[in-house]
Amino acid sequence: MYKYTEFDTAFLAERNAQFRAQVERRIDGSLTEDEFKPLRLMNGLYLQLHAYMLRVAIPYGTLNSAQMRQLALLAVKWDKGYGHFTTRQNIQYNWPLLRDVPDMLDALAEVGLHAIQTSGNTIRNVTADHFAGAAADELADPRPVAELIRQWSTDHPEFQFLPRKFKIAVTGSPNDRAVTRAHDIGLRMVERDGETGYEVIVGGGLGRTPMIGQVIREFLPRGDLLPYLEAIVSVYNLLGRRDNKYKARIKITVHENGIETIRDLVETRFETLKTAFNGADQALLAQIEPQFAAPDFVAKDTAPYDRAYATDPVFRAWADTNLTAHRQADHAIVSISLKAHGATPGDATADQMRLMADLAAKYAYDELRISHEQNVILPHVARADLPAVHAALKTAGLATANIGLISDIIACPGMDYCALATARSIPIAQEIATHFDALKLEHDIGPLKIKISGCINACGHHHVGHIGILGLDRAGVENYQITLGGDGTEDAVIGERAGPGFAAEDLLPAIERLVRAYLELREGRDETFLDAYRRLGVAPFKAALYPEARDRHAA
Amino acid sequence: MTLNSTVIVRDQGFSSEDWQGAFTPLEEATAQTDALDMPANADPDTVALAGLRIIRIPFASFADGRGFTLARSLRLRGYTARLRASGHVIADQYAMARRAGFDEVEISAELAARQPEDQWLARANWQAHDYQARLRGTA
Repeated sequence: MYKYTEFDTAFLAERNAQFRAQVERRIDGSLTEDEFKPLRLMNGLYLQLHAYMLRVAIPYGTLNSAQMRQLALLAVKWDKGYGHFTTRQNIQYNWPLLRDVPDMLDALAEVGLHAIQTSGNTIRNVTADHFAGAAADELADPRPVAELIRQWSTDHPEFQFLPRKFKIAVTGSPNDRAVTRAHDIGLRMVERDGETGYEVIVGGGLGRTPMIGQVIREFLPRGDLLPYLEAIVSVYNLLGRRDNKYKARIKITVHENGIETIRDLVETRFETLKTAFNGADQALLAQIEPQFAAPDFVAKDTAPYDRAYATDPVFRAWADTNLTAHRQADHAIVSISLKAHGATPGDATADQMRLMADLAAKYAYDELRISHEQNVILPHVARADLPAVHAALKTAGLATANIGLISDIIACPGMDYCALATARSIPIAQEIATHFDALKLEHDIGPLKIKISGCINACGHHHVGHIGILGLDRAGVENYQITLGGDGTEDAVIGERAGPGFAAEDLLPAIERLVRAYLELREGRDETFLDAYRRLGVAPFKAALYPEARDRHAA
Repeated sequence: MTLNSTVIVRDQGFSSEDWQGAFTPLEEATAQTDALDMPANADPDTVALAGLRIIRIPFASFADGRGFTLARSLRLRGYTARLRASGHVIADQYAMARRAGFDEVEISAELAARQPEDQWLARANWQAHDYQARLRGTA
């Protein structure tokens, strides 16, 4: 894992001192509320429905146990004893007091964490594949370059007041777990003729105008990355619209000007910017890379795992859903579900955080990851240790066997916390999870991604849910629209709106009709919901959702 | 300083206007122009730079960051004379302005009263703690 240099440490101390002074200057009137707002946002501090919210970055989703323990400490000392992991590898504290925030930032700095550029019209926390460095299908670990991008984008003097927020994601695997096609810039590490580089995707995004990103450069040599990124963002900074916040993202800039025009402008700018870099960035990258070297994996006989798998059905169910193949055959990647049936998706208590930190230290070479699906990962665990890990997780309500299943729902905070929300999302997620758990259908249904957003801004990624749910306000009443067939992987697709929305009390029966239709229509257990949808199209699912329309046709 | 006068901010602190001539708007500029007012929507790659001794770029709002990219573009084109940011630039942006290539910032007397000199001097250490200088090998 990356260890802060003296430069990083000194930078962060200076930055936190500046923010402390900004809070004081807001109070003494030196800064107006309008001026203070972007300054607090670029330090992670929002004003929500009931209180301030501090969003802390977990750069490229990687944490060590000391950092996780510090996150727990913040939750206890300055919040209500829990934190909320988000869809962009951040953790949010929902109840801090403004006067405490500078102290919280100093506490984070003690373990090399920060809240810089987790909000505001800036380049946000760069995200990466949460299985980086462990996945069997990986071409290259995306984290060293994600760290390089973190350093480049941090406090970049040109890009602190962009037209709108700007999100970058990196993946090093052909199976895209980082949703790169739904980011302002997506980077896929690729190889061509023995040379490594990047496929650069631009203009993706969800929100009220969902768009799949387009390839702006098929192959960018790795040494050219920073000047090329800088070219894209500086072209956007001048060209992006500032007259309408809803048309200000780069996806609209690309859409209105056309990818060819944007590409020409970027390439021209890139030619100039290349001369501003002399290789120092690549020398820094070379210093970063060894810090992400794989740990020395300890070979262990897998017999304890094999025994538990054969004899313990609860362990077996968990192993079948929550483990992923590790590049080392006698190890596994463990996904810890933060989606216990009926709980708030993504929430973890301080005690749960401490337990996960202890497990990471004892069994996982001191590494943890946070996934954009709001779960926690132990990236490297010897199979022999899995029964012990599972037993420990059970004691803290963290052994739910539902990764990738219908109750592993992504939900935004919704109207329970967010000032923008037009409907509740967390209670909807809780209802669906509890209902299908009671029906004991979850494992039979198999892989199914439900994603819920409580407003059109789509923080819950509903557009790329196999079943997406969008909560709206219709004349003061919550109304939920359903989209079908969305997909956030390398085959990214925006889901299709199924038809009229449902009142809150009608939503759960509608979802059940949809799922039961799938169970009847599928060719076998191997055909997932998404596969069946792709084979059959929207019609039979629409018929299940709107039986009264079908009856009218028949009449 | 009268209420209507502006304040020039540099690394040493506040000073009065010391550019004596008038600034020419871009659309009226000729080959003889030596002081140019360049609007925020100008194309920095096509502005004629020969003979210019000072360029002033306006910030209608501190939240509009185009000026930072304009300044950087002019410097990358080889412009080495005076470059000034003017208008609604706040003390918290001073280091960004200097790092992007501005030499100085011109602010209103009202803003200078609300954000006095010490708040700007606190950001005069813009050469320290600069990730860009590390990544470009200019630290």
